[in-house]
Amino acid sequence: MPMERLKEPMGSRIDRTERVSFRFEGQQYSGYRGDTIASALYANGVTTLSRSFKYHRPRGVLSMCGQDSNAMVQIGAKPNRLADRILIEADLDVMGQNYWGSLEKDRLAMLRHLGRFMPVGFYYKAFYKPRWMWPLWAKLIRRVAGLGVVSLDTPHGYYDKEYLFTDVTVIGAGPAGLAAALEAADAGAEVLLVDENAELGGALAYARFDGAGEAAEKTRADLIAKVEAHARIRVMTDATCTGWYADNWLPLIKDNRLYKLRAGALVVASGCYEQPLIFHNNDLPGIMLGSAAQRLIKLYGIKPGNRAVVAAANQDGYGVALDLLDAGVEVACVVDVRADPPEEDMSAALMRRHVPILAGATLREAVPSAGGRGVRAIKIARLESETKSAARYDSFACDLIAMSGSYVPAAALLHQAGGRVSFAADNGSFSVHDLPEQLSAAGSVAGTNTLENVLSEGAAAGRRAAGEAGFTVSGDSAASAAPEEAPGAWPIIAHAKGKDFVDFDEDLQIHDIENALSEGYQHIQLLKRFTTNGMGPSQGRHATLPAIRLAARRTGAGLDETGSTTSRPPIGPLTMAHLAGRSFEPVRYTAMHYRHVELCAKMMPAGAWMRPEYYGDARSRADNITAEAKNVRENVGMIDVSTLGGLEVRGPDAAEFLNRMYTFAYLKQPVGRARYVLMTDDAGVIVDDGVACRLADDHFYVTATTSGVDGVYRTMLWYNVQWRLKVDITHVSASYAGVNIAGPNSREVVEKLCDDVDLSPEAFPYMGARRGHVAGIPALFLRVGFVGELGYELHVPASQGEALWDALMEAGKDADIRPFGVEAQRLLRLEKGHIIISQDTDGLSTPHEADMAWAISRKKPYYVGMRSVAIQEAGGLKRKMVGFELANDAASTPKECHLVIRGSTITGRVTSIVRSPTLGKVIGLAYVAPDQAELGTVIEIKTDSGQMVRAEVVKLPFYDPDGARQEM
Amino acid sequence: MKQINCPLNGVRNIQEFAHGGEVVTQPDPNRCSDAEWAEYIFMEENKAGVVHEWWCHVATAYWFIAERDTIKDEIIRTYDAGEQFKDRVDFTRPEEPKD
Repeated sequence: MPMERLKEPMGSRIDRTERVSFRFEGQQYSGYRGDTIASALYANGVTTLSRSFKYHRPRGVLSMCGQDSNAMVQIGAKPNRLADRILIEADLDVMGQNYWGSLEKDRLAMLRHLGRFMPVGFYYKAFYKPRWMWPLWAKLIRRVAGLGVVSLDTPHGYYDKEYLFTDVTVIGAGPAGLAAALEAADAGAEVLLVDENAELGGALAYARFDGAGEAAEKTRADLIAKVEAHARIRVMTDATCTGWYADNWLPLIKDNRLYKLRAGALVVASGCYEQPLIFHNNDLPGIMLGSAAQRLIKLYGIKPGNRAVVAAANQDGYGVALDLLDAGVEVACVVDVRADPPEEDMSAALMRRHVPILAGATLREAVPSAGGRGVRAIKIARLESETKSAARYDSFACDLIAMSGSYVPAAALLHQAGGRVSFAADNGSFSVHDLPEQLSAAGSVAGTNTLENVLSEGAAAGRRAAGEAGFTVSGDSAASAAPEEAPGAWPIIAHAKGKDFVDFDEDLQIHDIENALSEGYQHIQLLKRFTTNGMGPSQGRHATLPAIRLAARRTGAGLDETGSTTSRPPIGPLTMAHLAGRSFEPVRYTAMHYRHVELCAKMMPAGAWMRPEYYGDARSRADNITAEAKNVRENVGMIDVSTLGGLEVRGPDAAEFLNRMYTFAYLKQPVGRARYVLMTDDAGVIVDDGVACRLADDHFYVTATTSGVDGVYRTMLWYNVQWRLKVDITHVSASYAGVNIAGPNSREVVEKLCDDVDLSPEAFPYMGARRGHVAGIPALFLRVGFVGELGYELHVPASQGEALWDALMEAGKDADIRPFGVEAQRLLRLEKGHIIISQDTDGLSTPHEADMAWAISRKKPYYVGMRSVAIQEAGGLKRKMVGFELANDAASTPKECHLVIRGSTITGRVTSIVRSPTLGKVIGLAYVAPDQAELGTVIEIKTDSGQMVRAEVVKLPFYDPDGARQEM
Repeated sequence: MKQINCPLNGVRNIQEFAHGGEVVTQPDPNRCSDAEWAEYIFMEENKAGVVHEWWCHVATAYWFIAERDTIKDEIIRTYDAGEQFKDRVDFTRPEEPKD
């Protein structure tokens, strides 16, 4: 039966001029713009939103603010969406969750009758024997368990991230938060005020604070007007803070954006969670929190029932009863757990309206309506003690039960910041302690409840935060609090027939908790894990405190001593899409990038850079690479080497510094010469290589590997912070663009463009370094031989890279110059037996293993790793890098990382392998056992197909062993 | 995310920094025993309490030292490495073995 809509000003969130249609369980419904799914359905008389996790009991509105799992629905491809937070939109397709068949007729609802046979820990105990049955059980349980349906074709959405910085951040825009924001902003601070609701005001927007029902709206309007008029307050509504991280670093979720907020001084005014009561059938639709009934009335203008019973442990319940009366609901009675409730404004107003107040009584049992999808009556009994009610009861007919039992602070942020909450066992009051600096709590999260006290505490917290943020504040940063009534603690009394739910998410009843306690799970963390209490989607907002109380009652310990479970981020549901944000992987382009693209290069990532893998059609990849390599060997080719790391080392100690950082000797290196550099770390492991060019006595240009240069630079600086040598080290990788033009005809091409460097072999020999110009561009010339042919590395300012490329391509046209990519370069260097750091070396490779002992100077007093290298040398080789050739009749070709196996022992692995077009055979580098390193040894490599192929250890390099070609 | 007060750049997110391990004194590589050298290379004290650590502000490649309480997870003080490393370090060849 549809529920009546109330007249304005009730329904502050809805716009009655616009109706919106949507589907629920395939049926068409409509509500007003501003309605949530849950409010629109409630107005349509649909009170069952989901089925419970274990017993498939029908469940409806509980908190009406997204704090419980009853309201979780499936929206299209998105499971577990909160029906009481998500607004209806045209054509929204909403389904209930956790049923077989339909929400109305759930075939698994029969599970409720088996409840007796499914105690807590039932899974652990029932299914582990016999072992062979487990896969079958697992299949069934997986079908029955879990909430919602994950769609594998969920469409991609746009999500992103933004950084925010404020002087003062206030979480929660209730009375405390509004007062704090105003006070901090008045002191001069830039304030960010965050609230998860659509409107400001917190409880002021729906709760009642006085008999006449005027105080809330008046206070709210006044505070909001001031906040909105304040230039230094930025308001973010519909935004959730999902955790607290060190130094007030907060994630905020709003729409499709994750804000990363450095919050400055933080005021947490996050309020509290009203607690459900525990009695038989306390989960029926129609039984809700008092605040939920108030939200239906005030926010959505819905009359929540026709005849209500209100349960109260404090005066807030009286406010609920008055609001229900004002909404036209008959209030059968107010049940107050207190034996002698104090006289106050709201209870007096209720008595004037002839509502019976049953003091010292408790709810015992709700009577379901026909079909079990609502409530028909409630049985109420006198309270005899904390744990016992009278046998006699009175029954009241009702279709709505509003529960205002007690409160638990929404203190997750405080817990994560190191704060503690202490509860009083008898009256439900609590307080927070141990908050770090720059963090204050204010309002009901701190256990303060009267409006007057909340406002004063909020203002004080605002002043304190502004002071912590460095602003001058006047006035006290401690609140002046008038004494106030405790929020009450509803007694927990088990019902003989059970179904007295402690945790709605997991369908846990009082006896489940008590049985677990009897089995010895008395530590609160064990109790949580064994029973799964508080582990469901609502994360114990309503279930943790009752479990602590039950455990404390059993052990006789106090609530503080019993402790609480840990609250970790995220506090609320967080989608993976928010965490992922935009797919954002920056890459670096060299100065010649677009020339490669124009030449149809296949680009590949190399560290953070994009480099040409090869040029031309992917279908003829191997032919392209072979042709590029052949052109270098026989004619002239050119490769973009801009990605190479570059470091400039200057100063009187420059040579001494390199002498310490690298294994070779540099003190006597002549100006105008380049020398190989090999870096080991302190443990004597190879970490990088390159060349050092001495440009002046006190100036070296040092290259490093593309992906290693950042680490090399950082390491160099770290050592010199300690050594205090007179050097300056500059990272210049991105400042230079470079090419390596190589091949027997390379000199001819460069000569055409250069008139200030004598390129003759006599004047500029192999491993020489010169400075001059190419096509008018200032350049550093290096004669190095990575690919093993006559060649020049030309390093020019990055801004001139494209011009250099164009000039060389033009000058080389007659010679049929051809660019070559990374793959051809790998092939060419392998023919020369040059290693690539981190391809042919790993995290344990030593210079001796890698056959690099020639690059170690034994005459100097120190280099990084020297002592370790000496110890390795004394200890003997564990493995050795060798060159190998594959027998020509090999059945299959191994790949990199394929294992070298002797008998049943792995002796090494292949690190590089290629079919050399120059040599007409497959060659490679591999680690082998030291006794397999002898030339001519036959090693066996296991390939993908499982076949063993034979290879022969041969002398390195494979090509041009005398280096005649590179020294031309 | 924690913040570090970099002596050069002021307060920055810890994400901008690289950790460089404990500040330890390197034994004389030409005179210490193998065991002393291995201790220096491979062992970390991993102390619960106040430690001195190397940190590098990556964007500016600036190394400094942080005094940090590992129990309270608090950075107590940061300072330029020059406070501790004042003098030039030099190495000498090991003594030639006598015949």
